[in-house]
Amino acid sequence: MSEHDHHHHDHDHSELSETELRVRALESILTEKGYVEPAALDAIVQAYETKIGPHNGARVVAKAWSDPAFKQALLEDASKAVGTLGHVSRVGDHLVAIENTPGRHNMVVCTLCSCYPWEMLGLPPVWYKASPYRSRAVKDPRSVLADFGVSLPKETEIRVWDSTAETRFLVLPMRPAGTEGWSEEQLAELVTRDSMIGTGFPKTPGAPS
Amino acid sequence: MNGVHDMGGMDGFGKVEPEPNEPMFHQEWESRVLAMVRAMGAAGAFNIDASRFYRETLPPQVYLSSSYYRKWLLGLEALLLDKGYISKDDVAAGHSVAPAKALKHGKFSTADVERIMVRGKFGRTAPAAAKFKAGDRVRAKNIHPATHTRLPRYVRGHVGVVERDHGCHVFPDTAANDAGEHPQWLYTVVFDGRQLWGPDSDPTIKVSIDAFEPYLEAV
Repeated sequence: MSEHDHHHHDHDHSELSETELRVRALESILTEKGYVEPAALDAIVQAYETKIGPHNGARVVAKAWSDPAFKQALLEDASKAVGTLGHVSRVGDHLVAIENTPGRHNMVVCTLCSCYPWEMLGLPPVWYKASPYRSRAVKDPRSVLADFGVSLPKETEIRVWDSTAETRFLVLPMRPAGTEGWSEEQLAELVTRDSMIGTGFPKTPGAPS
Repeated sequence: MNGVHDMGGMDGFGKVEPEPNEPMFHQEWESRVLAMVRAMGAAGAFNIDASRFYRETLPPQVYLSSSYYRKWLLGLEALLLDKGYISKDDVAAGHSVAPAKALKHGKFSTADVERIMVRGKFGRTAPAAAKFKAGDRVRAKNIHPATHTRLPRYVRGHVGVVERDHGCHVFPDTAANDAGEHPQWLYTVVFDGRQLWGPDSDPTIKVSIDAFEPYLEAV
């Protein structure tokens, strides 16, 4: 490790320690006052780590690709439609599914904070919550897509959904060609997290993952 | 409030940097902050709108230079101090030295965890008929509330079209200040990109926000 790297590492470490001490102190205060059970905090973290994630959204998308009646129900009332699938995590109200078509690509952002469909996609990635995405997605979505290596035909309409209320948006990407006869389980493997935010496409059959 | 959190349309923040195989948490403390925010909110110390407002009121230079969960930590501390659930003496001592304050829903325990993994309900009974319907042209009002609002600056004064009606929801502008839920009709309103960003901008862009009725006026 070079001198410069070493210095940089120490700097990061001391910043982290200040935050870490502050977090520990706050946790002590809250538990000593009897506001929260320490085991309950562990259980919350564990629930986030195990119960939610993009696999939930992927199952919904795969089902919509396979079952036209479900797809129609999903586009009409996504909370209700997802609620009928026992194997997907329980979903709250106000989920809205938005369909990509050859003429229109949907993309979701929260310019004001970090609103995101947690139950469908898990906790949002850092880039979704960071200034570059939040500032640029509504003004120049094509350049944002370029940062993901994604390009769309220049005539395709790009619809950006700014999540400014408690509605939550799930993009229903287009089913990849060459997947005729695939099972829902196989199809779900192609559905990426970013394809459900609108910053990516599903995987292509046969392409290396 | 016209804070730096309202960043739609700002320039200069650089490229989006996706991180391959990103972990759910980058440091263990981040998960503790998330858990404390969820637990204290569920126990009734604050609502989701207040927690957003306290992050927005961090000084701009702190907001822009802090990581996501650092902002959550600073916002949580400030909120709990303001509402009297913790004291400056507690924070200085690093443990509890002042008496506790009763929580609306009582102590948060492991039995409450499953409940918070499902989003809360924000829909409410309508106090009045909706003023707008799908297809109506509306203008986002040119208003600049100094407190919490969910009307981003980049649409204010611009004309769009109502696309969807989501029913009546808790109004964040009042809920954030403990001034009540005052349910309002909520609509998806779509703006043409050129309306927002000028005649030279990309003609294929459309941007929607979800706007509460008090944010809108008929055109």
